[in-house]
Amino acid sequence: MIQLTVNGSLKEYDGDPAMPVLWYLRDLLQLTGAKFGCGMGLCGCCTVHVEGKAMRSCVTNMSDVAGKRITTIEGLNPNGDHPLQKAWRAVNVPQCGYCQAGQIMQAASLLTEKPKPTDRDIDEAMQGNICRCGTYQRIRQAVKMAAGVKA
Amino acid sequence: MNAESMKGNAISVVSRRGFLGGVFSAGALILGSKLLPVDALAAPTADATWQPSVYLGLEPDGRVIIIAHRSEMGTGIRTALPMIVADELEADWTRVKIEQAIGDAKYGSQDTDGSESIRNFYDPMREAGATARMMLESAAASKWGVPAAECRAKNHEVVHAKSDRKLGFGELVALASKQPVPKKEQLKFKSPAEYRYVGKNVPIADLDNILAGQATFGMDARVPGMVYASIEHPPVFGGKLKTYDDAEARKVRGVSKTLTIPPFKPPYAFQPLGGVAVIADNTWAAMQGRRKLKIDWDLGPNATLDSVAYKNTLRETARKACKVARNDGDVDASFKNATKVHEAEYYVPLLAHASMEPPVAVAEFKNGKVEAWAPTQNPQAVQDIVAKALGIKPADVTCHVTLLGGGFGRKSKPDYVAEAAILSKQLGKPVKVVWSREDDIRFDFYHAVAAMYMKAATDEKGRPTAWLQRSVFPPIGSQDDVMAKYGTFELDMGWNDVPFDIANFRAECGPADTKVRIGWMRSVANIPHAFAVQSFTDELAAAAGRDRVEYLLDLLGKPRKIDLRAPAERKGADPYELDIARMRRVVEIAAEQSGWAKKKPGHGRALGIAVHRSFLTYVATVVEVEVDNGKLRIPRVDIALDTGKVIHPDRVRAQFEGAAVFGTSIALMGEISAANGRVQQSNFNTYPVARINEAPLETHVHIVPSAAPPAGVGEPGVPPMSPAICNAIFTATGKRIRDLPIKKQLA
Repeated sequence: MIQLTVNGSLKEYDGDPAMPVLWYLRDLLQLTGAKFGCGMGLCGCCTVHVEGKAMRSCVTNMSDVAGKRITTIEGLNPNGDHPLQKAWRAVNVPQCGYCQAGQIMQAASLLTEKPKPTDRDIDEAMQGNICRCGTYQRIRQAVKMAAGVKA
Repeated sequence: MNAESMKGNAISVVSRRGFLGGVFSAGALILGSKLLPVDALAAPTADATWQPSVYLGLEPDGRVIIIAHRSEMGTGIRTALPMIVADELEADWTRVKIEQAIGDAKYGSQDTDGSESIRNFYDPMREAGATARMMLESAAASKWGVPAAECRAKNHEVVHAKSDRKLGFGELVALASKQPVPKKEQLKFKSPAEYRYVGKNVPIADLDNILAGQATFGMDARVPGMVYASIEHPPVFGGKLKTYDDAEARKVRGVSKTLTIPPFKPPYAFQPLGGVAVIADNTWAAMQGRRKLKIDWDLGPNATLDSVAYKNTLRETARKACKVARNDGDVDASFKNATKVHEAEYYVPLLAHASMEPPVAVAEFKNGKVEAWAPTQNPQAVQDIVAKALGIKPADVTCHVTLLGGGFGRKSKPDYVAEAAILSKQLGKPVKVVWSREDDIRFDFYHAVAAMYMKAATDEKGRPTAWLQRSVFPPIGSQDDVMAKYGTFELDMGWNDVPFDIANFRAECGPADTKVRIGWMRSVANIPHAFAVQSFTDELAAAAGRDRVEYLLDLLGKPRKIDLRAPAERKGADPYELDIARMRRVVEIAAEQSGWAKKKPGHGRALGIAVHRSFLTYVATVVEVEVDNGKLRIPRVDIALDTGKVIHPDRVRAQFEGAAVFGTSIALMGEISAANGRVQQSNFNTYPVARINEAPLETHVHIVPSAAPPAGVGEPGVPPMSPAICNAIFTATGKRIRDLPIKKQLA
């Protein structure tokens, strides 16, 4: 039996410990904000926070999160008003929107570590998150807006 | 689907009764306007029956319901078309509810491709809005006993200014529904100065849901009792299952059974590829079980496909005379007398769409009917293909359209929805089919590989006196015709319509066999054609030592209008005729905005330009590159575009910003290849796409104000990108890229 916290509520899981967290969230908890994109940790669509740090849930097994706190996009802010969500809204970042939860979770982790990121910091932190629609320049702009650094 | 995910304008996939049955209350005014979309690219058919209907509902409580019948894959169309209706209606946007249509021929074409949603439905949408507005006004007039001309709809009310009276739309619904429906020629439209939404940047309908992780994509669709399927397809296109052993697969916890899907019958069209499906109670178990299958395949006739050999075959074909597609003047005579002749060969490989959401669908077969939930660009094709696969009628297939996690043309083909339906019929349960990224990349309907041969004779100023171009590629027509070897409509995409003022011009097309599934991808054949034509132009300008912008304008020639329609189709004025003045203008604006005249190349930095018209939109792109030790950066892109009337400027900008990134992926890294019939790429490690650190740092989009009819937006930003990048690289380094992708060619 694996115990963990998801968006503040305690959960118990007794399935295959090798199941990636992504499928536990999506298929078992029906939290579909984290998306499936590659299954290999290559695209970042599945990004969630484990103990506040961005992790690729498609390559993080359930056994790796025993006793840990998981936050998904659904739990980032109760009203969807995290400074990054606000900035994303102000800049109209999303096109199709599929990757954006992962982008926001990754950016939130970046701002926790580096509240005033440079362009280079943004490149380094965000390059694991693919957006096939190509919203990168608005992502950069929104991250800077949320951080209060000059665009 | 859980009801919590249906906030705001979220696409609702919850109702098992179907959308439209439950959307309107009994007292709603429902307008079904029979309206005729003009398809500027299709040949007119005199006897074709058009029955497109645009539905608009007004509830007695004042709510306005607008049906979005085109698919949302990121362009903003689910917002932009309803904006047009709401504007003409004088509706308050905060009281508008957008409902996504199921697949139904009554809406007209729902095939969301070809960058044509606004183009074909701008008029029907404003007509629907204006019709309802005028009926509301006449309802108020009859209630007050005043002339209708004195009543004006304004922000969800009808106002009689003289007597200072007002009635809300909701209060007028019952009476309005009894008013005579104005004829199309009686409709009065708002003047642009009165627009509330058109031309403004209304946030997209799904914005809040997307940002909160609450939007419903195909990957998120769920129905009670659903099981999950992962499908092993034949590794080679056209392969068939011989035997398989699922003993180990069935031992995986969560796996219930395995099923087979029959192979397609040629031509491949939109049919499933066939294979072995593993059924489980969650996605991961299905994927794990699939890895334990032992399958013996009959690989079929394409098992020898090798991309290196195939490329050489296309090249060889392009070096010899091919089928003439356009022939002006006397090219052969001009070459005979030429003193200076230039030749070049260009190549663009197979490309995969790789939308972030892989193909996925939920389907339930019950009582001889199918209900499906899918991220599809074409719900009517879902009806047709599912019906064909199951031997039922298209009318017995209900297709709910979710949001699409990207489409780019891939999701026009509903093979994956048919897979879910076939499995559901066998199981007697709803089934969700989830493709892995590997499935997506290995079994795509690929953008066609193309080899192009270019030849020009030039005069003393370096201007072409003769121009010959040959394009060889497997045609999209192979979908429906096993014998198809030549492109057809692909030749209207940047090949026969090259706009240069050259007296002796010949365009040819060569034959190619189809060895993998071929389909359209964002801007289609414009990609290789713009690459060859705009790169070759740059080569000629460089050989003549002339400024590229000045040379490009010289080739475009004097402002003039060109009717590109076939002679038989030239009836009446063509609102979309090729206008060289507009083409020249975008070149001039892109040059000016990018600082072309001031920024001199040096230190590995340079600008490159390309101009291309596709989907009736004129686009000139200037790319600034920086090449340092074989490493390429793109600090800045300037795109000038003329797409006629613009509904949503911010979403137009977003499409061109995105196209710059999509085009960067094509230029720098995109390549699908096959060896022994098997596609060699499988995930983003072997089929990379541009990431934030590789994409252009800044893309500046310059929209030319225009009152011309609206043209395409989703695709036309892509074609000029790769030639503009490669032209900049040549100026910066002297290295001419003729084969895409660039990959390590700069090292």
